[in-house]
Amino acid sequence: MVLEKSANATMHPQSQASHGVIDISGARFTWPGANGFTLAIEAFSLAKSERLLLIGPSGSGKSTFLSLLTGINVPDAGVISILGTDITRLRSASRDRFRAEHMGIIFQMFNLLPYGSVIDNVVLPLSFAKMRRRRVEQMSTADTEARRLLQCLGLGAEDYEGSSAASLSVGQQQRVACARALIGRPELIIADEPTSSLDRDTQLAFLDLLFAEVQHAGGTLVMVSHDPSLAPRFDRAIKLDEIAWTSRKRGQK
Amino acid sequence: MIVARLATQSLGNRSLSAALTVLAIALSVTLFLGVDKVRTGARQSFANTISGTDLIVGARTGEIQLLLYSIFRIGNATNNITWKSYSDIAASPDVAWSVPLSLGDSHRGFRVLGTTPAFFEHYKYRRHKPLEFSQGAPFQGLYDVVLGSSVAEELGYALGDKVIIAHGTGRISFIEHGDKPFRVSGILKKTGTPVDRTLHVSLAAIEAIHADWTNGMPAPGQTISADQARNLDLTPKAITAALIGLKSKLATFTMQRRINEYRQEPLSAIIPGATLQQLWGLIGTAETALSVVSAMVIATALLGMVTSILTTLNERRREMAILRSVGATPVTILGLLTIEAALLTLLGIALGLLLFYIGLAAFQPVIDRSYGLQLSVDTLDWDQWVTLGAIFVAGVLAGLIPALRAYRLSVADGMTVKT
Repeated sequence: MVLEKSANATMHPQSQASHGVIDISGARFTWPGANGFTLAIEAFSLAKSERLLLIGPSGSGKSTFLSLLTGINVPDAGVISILGTDITRLRSASRDRFRAEHMGIIFQMFNLLPYGSVIDNVVLPLSFAKMRRRRVEQMSTADTEARRLLQCLGLGAEDYEGSSAASLSVGQQQRVACARALIGRPELIIADEPTSSLDRDTQLAFLDLLFAEVQHAGGTLVMVSHDPSLAPRFDRAIKLDEIAWTSRKRGQK
Repeated sequence: MIVARLATQSLGNRSLSAALTVLAIALSVTLFLGVDKVRTGARQSFANTISGTDLIVGARTGEIQLLLYSIFRIGNATNNITWKSYSDIAASPDVAWSVPLSLGDSHRGFRVLGTTPAFFEHYKYRRHKPLEFSQGAPFQGLYDVVLGSSVAEELGYALGDKVIIAHGTGRISFIEHGDKPFRVSGILKKTGTPVDRTLHVSLAAIEAIHADWTNGMPAPGQTISADQARNLDLTPKAITAALIGLKSKLATFTMQRRINEYRQEPLSAIIPGATLQQLWGLIGTAETALSVVSAMVIATALLGMVTSILTTLNERRREMAILRSVGATPVTILGLLTIEAALLTLLGIALGLLLFYIGLAAFQPVIDRSYGLQLSVDTLDWDQWVTLGAIFVAGVLAGLIPALRAYRLSVADGMTVKT
């Protein structure tokens, strides 16, 4: 593992040939503190335009996995390559910029800044991502694109005009979050249990909309869930413990 | 920029606590500026009261006390100086001019000053500015009186009006010199000094109204009418103090020593500027205490701001997580919170300035009338700008406390809030 790491370190991050959207090898991360939770991923990769469902019960390390994937935390060892860039070798601010440019993220709930307008919530990522902004502005304006995405996701202007994001229903808020993740066509969409606060019918309708828009944007989707019944709708479904090994230093939490 | 707009909207979402924070800072800034204004106003008004007088002579007493009662009409003289001593000093070859002052009577709360027409010529204020008449002329007749501008204004007197002087200096007097009414012969222009609140009569008039008095009381069974008094010898036996102008400034210290060592009578001579300095030394401590208190009030207001931002941090962790998820760095979070504190401080300072000027404009006439303190409504001076700048910097620095905490929280939380 040490050899692999040093071999990779000599390579330019962009020069890895035939890469997927995600390539992880030998990554290991331990939370600081006495009761440190450790997550290790020997090898994992995801191809372009793939739709992956990652299944794991709560406490299985999903949050840790996502924090490594999005570059919030850096593994103690190993390589996490996103779109050919080893993000473990980027500095903290560059990782934040990388995340802004290439990833759209949807949370389980409370996705929106409640006091802001819906449109401001949708176009928010463009403030941190120059390329996504340029991509949007080549075709139209940020405002128009936000409205188009919301329209595609089934939200008309009458649903959100003149009211703050907090006044929308949970299902509507998730669709706004979806539009925010998709604006400017980032390559990777990461959704963390986006449907678990929705009822079953709304869940399926939401997934259909999400899939259609991700496909339309040519993006790759990683969705994390505790619910295996969603698996048939994805290209691939794996359990987190199939790719990752976890342990705690002292006993269970 | 959307982030700035969202930051403002976030602040607007907490508008009540934000408004209270701004108000607290504003009030503290108003207090600070107000205290400073009164302090410099009082100092300036004191310093501007007398100019061009080299020595003030009075009975042996404290230097500050002599200055206060002779010029500022604060307090009373414990003793008089005899006319003989005064004439002796006034006649010495170094003296260019001298003005005798006789105090002790009043009119409806305003002091009456007995003096000579030389007073209008030699009394100078605010860098050698002479007294000017808005109407009339100095007293000529025995029962003529010249009013300070505030006296005329507040009591509504015009030229030719009759004025009755009361004995003693209390606001309400039971013994009046009702048998010898005065006629207003002149009204002075506003000076911003105690002259505005003084009635000026001749020394002879002071003698005349007391002609039938003994031991500070009307002598029983003996009355001298106003006209009979004209025929008496009205040379005063004693005066309260005297202003002295010297031919050469170089003689000031010699003359002062000579008066202080005057054999025939214990006298004091003071140099007005030097004694004013002593006065500042005395009240300097109180001024410092006032400034410290107002600085404390500002510190309290800023602490209040820090507290109010800190208490919102926990509920805003979700907000910060969302910002992090769309690519905001922890430094952006730090910046947002610092800008919030800066904005609150800036609004507080601006509102404080506004309140200060509104308050100044509203209370200036009242303060002038009741304390004779002229506060000018003018632009801030350099020191005040520096102070406001310092308050702003202090606000930003104080804002770093919650900002750094938010920074640490957002580094630790990332996109997941574990609460």
